[in-house]
Amino acid sequence: MTHTRREALLVGLGALVATAGIPRLAFAATTEERIAEFTGGAALGEGGITLTAPEIAENGNTVPISVEAPGAVAIMLLAAGNPNPDVGTFRFGPLAASQMASTRIRLAGTQDVIAIAQMADGSFVKTAREVKVTIGGCGG
Amino acid sequence: MIPRRQFIQAGLAASALWGASGFGSWSRLAAQQRLTQDDLIGPAGTGNLTLIHITDIHAQTQPVWFREPEINLGVGEAAGIPPHLTGAEFRAAFGIEKGSALDYALTYEDFVALGREYGQMGGLDRIATVVKAIRADRPDALLLDGGDTWQGSLPALRTAGQDMVDLFNALGVDAMTAHWEFTLGSDRVREIVETQLAFPFLGANIFDAEWDEPAFEPVAVFERGGTKVAVIGQAFPYLPVANPRWLFPEYSFGIREERLAAVVSEARAGGAEVVVLLSHNGFDVDRKIARNVPGIDVILTGHTHDAIPEPVQVGETFLIASGSHGKFVSRIDLDVRDGRMQGLAHRLIPVFSDVIAPDPEMAALVEATRAPFAEEMAEALGTTESLLYRRGNFNGTWDDVICDALLSQRDAEIALSPGFRWGASVMPGETITREDVFNVTAMSYPAAYRTEMTGEMLKIVLEDVADNLFNPDPYYQQGGDMVRVGGLGYRIDVGAPMGSRISDLVLLSSGEPIDPARAYAVAGWASVNEGTEGPPIWEVVEAHIRSQGTVRAEPRSHVTVTGI
Repeated sequence: MTHTRREALLVGLGALVATAGIPRLAFAATTEERIAEFTGGAALGEGGITLTAPEIAENGNTVPISVEAPGAVAIMLLAAGNPNPDVGTFRFGPLAASQMASTRIRLAGTQDVIAIAQMADGSFVKTAREVKVTIGGCGG
Repeated sequence: MIPRRQFIQAGLAASALWGASGFGSWSRLAAQQRLTQDDLIGPAGTGNLTLIHITDIHAQTQPVWFREPEINLGVGEAAGIPPHLTGAEFRAAFGIEKGSALDYALTYEDFVALGREYGQMGGLDRIATVVKAIRADRPDALLLDGGDTWQGSLPALRTAGQDMVDLFNALGVDAMTAHWEFTLGSDRVREIVETQLAFPFLGANIFDAEWDEPAFEPVAVFERGGTKVAVIGQAFPYLPVANPRWLFPEYSFGIREERLAAVVSEARAGGAEVVVLLSHNGFDVDRKIARNVPGIDVILTGHTHDAIPEPVQVGETFLIASGSHGKFVSRIDLDVRDGRMQGLAHRLIPVFSDVIAPDPEMAALVEATRAPFAEEMAEALGTTESLLYRRGNFNGTWDDVICDALLSQRDAEIALSPGFRWGASVMPGETITREDVFNVTAMSYPAAYRTEMTGEMLKIVLEDVADNLFNPDPYYQQGGDMVRVGGLGYRIDVGAPMGSRISDLVLLSSGEPIDPARAYAVAGWASVNEGTEGPPIWEVVEAHIRSQGTVRAEPRSHVTVTGI
């Protein structure tokens, strides 16, 4: 039997709300400050983290983003080109079946979306994807 | 790993039938006025599985004039390679003789003189003749339509695509994918797909926008020629960006490379020995897909309207480009043995309307779809002294006429017209009919707006569109041409980064530089914004042509291109 993603999402909704961190800070810090805060200045590795985002946003006000980092205890998402780069930090408890999160974010313009995962051993990995926000029209 | 040598041998076998060069043979035959239908359609095929590809017909059921681009720049890795070759470079790359039939069909130079010699191209009744001839040789050939089928003419607009749906059902299409189809609105698309279409409507990258679930069938599997072939559909990825999102708000698109890779893997796991991607991505996007997504044997490309006489090989994937507006039909013969594709032979069949006989059955069906509108379409609006054409990265003469119409009829200082790649040409000396005007304007969001824009905003718009065309990464391109401008001149450095390509903006009426702070009266059409107000563009263009009587539109030089 197959569950549709819609059913799975409805089932999983409570869990998502419980685990997804909400940006708490009202003032805007820079992307670099946020990363330093999250990693404590630790070196950033590559690999083991996958960020899925559209190359060109269909609607800059609600851009679907998903991130997966098997073995992570936390994943921070940043929109480097927004006035306030904070998107959120997802924390995964030991009972989390997978270290994956998806959400929709608002992008002020073309920019890099950045994801940094904290792994169980305390190391950090980073990835980024450029998302273009365009006026549109004229295609065809 | 498939040895490249085998493919080259297969290709040589096919061209050996024609002597040194199949294309050269056509040229000579044409020059001797002995071009025949059999020469064009070609002999019996090799291999055991045949694909027939048509794409981007834009509802053109009649033979047309269609001038290929003079400027078709490639950037990044695509610079200077097919399909970004024009004129002499194109001829040199494919061994085409200047002034030959194929030169006329595939390039732009001497278009008027060669057109008078070789005649119009396309016509759905001629295409039906080609399809029937191939099926007479290979009855189980798969006929695949790359989309942009239900839009682009007056009858298609008035019937919301019904004419083309009925005609392509009759043609015996086996599967299609889509782009402009969605501009009929999602209700209409669903109605056609669910109740009228006699074949699958495929789009692996079409998702439900709210739930992020697949919304249409991704793949159709056929057992043909003793093998199992999976045809995966890939709709135009940037529909909600390039066209009005409000017409199909339930759907999300995108390239979705990971999704495509998963569908390919599933098809292979399900026993498909051949995987074909029926794509509306645009050629450069497909070239990158071929590099990044393993397991695709053939990509039938679309959207960017390129016609390339030979397959383009990327790794083990072969890209086929079959042109637009019914000018060409591609025949691809695959040799599938021992569970995999072992060879490929390809023929880009040019549909010369005066050489290929109309299929009587299809001719009658086409006539019936046109009959209700025949009188309206035939009405003469004026004549043209100049060749009117659109295709090319920057303004064509048809666009200049449309921009002039916007400036005069909407009392504007500056006109903007979208960089669509569709739209048939009109030859000098010809009457401009209402049908001709609809062939370059017929679509579902035609309001010719008038607004004010600051000089700063105008530059932002030009930069934005330029990046959608000249971003070095094809995944960030949208596949249209540059927005056309009237009353405005500018310089563009195509190699510069986003935001710094456009300079030297000038208001042509005064010769003064565009002031970033000043507001200008701007008229345009095809806005993607809901609620755009104004008369339909075809009324604006018609009024302009009637007021002119005789249109003269020689190529202009208000856009200076650098950085090539």
